[in-house]
Amino acid sequence: MQHQAGNISKTGRSATIPIRFNLNGQKVEIAVDPTERLLDTLRYRLNLPGTKEGCGEGECGACSVIIDGLPANSCLVPTFQVRNRIVRTIESIPASSLQPMLETGATQCGACTPGVVVTANWIKENSGVLASHSMRALMAGNLCRCTGYDGIIDGLEKWLGRDGGRS
Amino acid sequence: MQRLEGLSKLSGVERYLDDEPLEGPLKGCLWGMTVRSPASRGKIRSVSYDPAFDWSQFVVVEPCDIPGPNETYLIENDQPVLAPGYVRHMHEPVALIAHPDRALLRRAVASVKVEIEPDPPVLDFRVAPRPDQIQRGNDNIIKKLQIKKGDVHAAFARAHRIIEGEYETGGQEHVYIENNAMSAWIEDGPNGDVVVVRGSMQCPYYVLNALKHALKRDESRVRVIQAPTGGGFGGKEDYPSTIALHCALLALKARRPVKIIYDRSEDMAATPKRHPSLVRHKTAVDKNGKLLAQYIEVILDGGAYVTLSPVVLSRGIIHAAGPYSCDNVLIEGKAVLTNSVPYGAFRGFGAPQTIFACERHMDRIAHALGLDPLEVRRINLIKDGQTTSTQQTISDGTDRHALLDAALRASEYDRHKRESAAFNASHPYLRRGIGLSTVLHGAGFTGNGEVYLNSKVDVGATPDGKIEVLAASTEMGQGTNTAFTKIAADAAGFVPSDVVIGTPDTFRVPNSGPTVASRTVMVVGKLIERAIDDLASQLGQNGKPLRGPVLKAAITQWHAANPGKELKGRATYAPPPNVKFDDKNYVGDAYATFAWGVCIAHVEVDLRTASVRLLDFTSMQDIGKVINPVLAKGQVQGGVVQAIGWALSEDIKFKDGGMLNNTLTNYIIPTSDDVPPIRVVFHETPYRFGGGGAKGVGELPMDGPAPAILNAVANATCAQAMSIPLTPERLLPLLPA
Repeated sequence: MQHQAGNISKTGRSATIPIRFNLNGQKVEIAVDPTERLLDTLRYRLNLPGTKEGCGEGECGACSVIIDGLPANSCLVPTFQVRNRIVRTIESIPASSLQPMLETGATQCGACTPGVVVTANWIKENSGVLASHSMRALMAGNLCRCTGYDGIIDGLEKWLGRDGGRS
Repeated sequence: MQRLEGLSKLSGVERYLDDEPLEGPLKGCLWGMTVRSPASRGKIRSVSYDPAFDWSQFVVVEPCDIPGPNETYLIENDQPVLAPGYVRHMHEPVALIAHPDRALLRRAVASVKVEIEPDPPVLDFRVAPRPDQIQRGNDNIIKKLQIKKGDVHAAFARAHRIIEGEYETGGQEHVYIENNAMSAWIEDGPNGDVVVVRGSMQCPYYVLNALKHALKRDESRVRVIQAPTGGGFGGKEDYPSTIALHCALLALKARRPVKIIYDRSEDMAATPKRHPSLVRHKTAVDKNGKLLAQYIEVILDGGAYVTLSPVVLSRGIIHAAGPYSCDNVLIEGKAVLTNSVPYGAFRGFGAPQTIFACERHMDRIAHALGLDPLEVRRINLIKDGQTTSTQQTISDGTDRHALLDAALRASEYDRHKRESAAFNASHPYLRRGIGLSTVLHGAGFTGNGEVYLNSKVDVGATPDGKIEVLAASTEMGQGTNTAFTKIAADAAGFVPSDVVIGTPDTFRVPNSGPTVASRTVMVVGKLIERAIDDLASQLGQNGKPLRGPVLKAAITQWHAANPGKELKGRATYAPPPNVKFDDKNYVGDAYATFAWGVCIAHVEVDLRTASVRLLDFTSMQDIGKVINPVLAKGQVQGGVVQAIGWALSEDIKFKDGGMLNNTLTNYIIPTSDDVPPIRVVFHETPYRFGGGGAKGVGELPMDGPAPAILNAVANATCAQAMSIPLTPERLLPLLPA
């Protein structure tokens, strides 16, 4: 074949390798093109479409997941990079815990929301970061075009059991 | 009441089109993609398919595969579904390709070469076209409109001062977070096969009409279903018709289901944006700043096809004179053809552009006369009994002066003004300032539009005693389902859990009109109330409507007596009395009612970097009765932040008519860290003819922020900026040395 890029031919399929990691507390093993985006592996192979694609280049945060305890944009992570690591997605966060965010209007169209909730949940579990960073700065990696952010920030305040934002 | 689908969205359970497994009707689904024009204008010399691919494995659709007219049904039908040998803008659809393997499809589409024999494109709407650039009529003008009241020329002759200004606004990308997504499949039906299209959209009946037209089918053989929709803002008003047609054409040719999901860069490059505008004001005033005459010229860049430009222009000129009383007004508007992607609907629909110019100009009038911008507004704000530019008498009982005063209090205007002066006197390079805008927005379709739409709503009564709202109005994040549930429950005397919202599916719901123009709660909400009245009257005695548990019991009894039958209440739009508009001369009641608002921005400008930071923002609105405070506040805050982006950072860069920065890396929308909390204050003057007493809320928040921010920048720095986005590059040369 004349045109080739790496091991992917222009018209053919690429090779797969087995990749093992911990996903939402469960061990998974999947045979996948190692360069496939983690976002696609989660959505289309592991049947976890809660993680959304917004921009595909790490700007909007809709595809946020937690890898080894830190937030990451899964559209920028080749799946081989999560080998033997711990991945958490929106599906690991119980809906029943999200009532405070519902009450403040933290979701409108909902397309950015799972990513927002993953980041917000991370802040909630690591609330010490609020000593050195503002909540607005910590949430700046999750673009929302509907809420104007106040519903999200107020919801997170409420989730943290604090006073709630100014309304 | 909380957002109905809120928890499923928060927990990631909501399934948008791209999230659905390829099962059921989508079993054996192909992926579809679009081959697009690489040039902005010219004859298609050839479309060549790379022989490295086995094309017999792909489904390819070209214009000859379109069963009906190669036209996208809208106002003028001038936009082809696939370019028929000639392209008029970059990224115009030329051919369609489908294949089961998405990655392979992407490579195949990228390998298709479209060769264009170029003709000179029109790339600047502000410049008169050369003869070789003429593509429509003899001047490339898509639409011309005029509003005339009194005698502007006589008023100019006796004016104390005449103040002129020229204002420009850029395009804006919608950036709904869910990209465009559509699926199509073929089903059997009683009259032959049925093309079913399901996807992300605002207006199912627009899509249905487009499919009927280009596929040459009647509506028993086309069915449109809305899927959960991740944002629209006008961006999913007309363009989904194009994607639906593409998807349906591929499905018809393949006889297999097809899904088309745009990625962000395709969505940004190829779909409509907000119309760029140039607005000129020439205003006669007396020495107190009273408006004696307004001459306003509005020019919109329409892009390559007519699409919605005539109506965007219409709303633009009707809002151009602002919420002020003036006896002599002449407004001339035109939308011109260029060879960029067609511009389309975007929250505000022409009004933000002209209100930007009007509100910036009011401050410049104040500046020229040495008056306080507040005073110039106070003296001119329309009072009940006075008329707008179309000679509509305003008599809604809203006290717009009280609204202004309440906004000043809520924003702590005086304190911020005082503190800014003290801050500026002591700081070496930061300057603070405060600015405002007073705005109006007509809700619902313009003029006789609602009458022509003749919208219908059904409410079904189910055997278990519930009410199902059947309307084509769509939920796209703004809260339609929740607001409709509340309105229906209140009207029936039911609890919200006894109301079901039917999925917008053209086989099940009547045409309640498109989900646009801030009309959903006000117009369609009222229809729901009337349909419930109809249902309750059918079950009552002597036409006396039943309510509450009695109604519920009557519904279950009726079903017990009429097993398997349908029980429905119906309503069709009826205009409020005494609303009359002459849509030829643009005289009369342009809207059944207006919502009113005041925006106050407090900004800080860094003189070293010319960057503008918002310190505080207040949006005060009279939107009639507020149906759901959390949702309404969210609409306002979201609209304000979207407008802040339009005002300060969202800068579309073009090269040869194509969008260069079609990614979220270099098209910059506000993050949570770029905006302060938005203060929202509602003023409620219930509107009798609106659902639950509501007026429209969706668009008004977009109208006022941009001029308020630029007025605040002028207040802080004396920089008289006339165009947006006011990026540091644009502001720097205007700052005092």
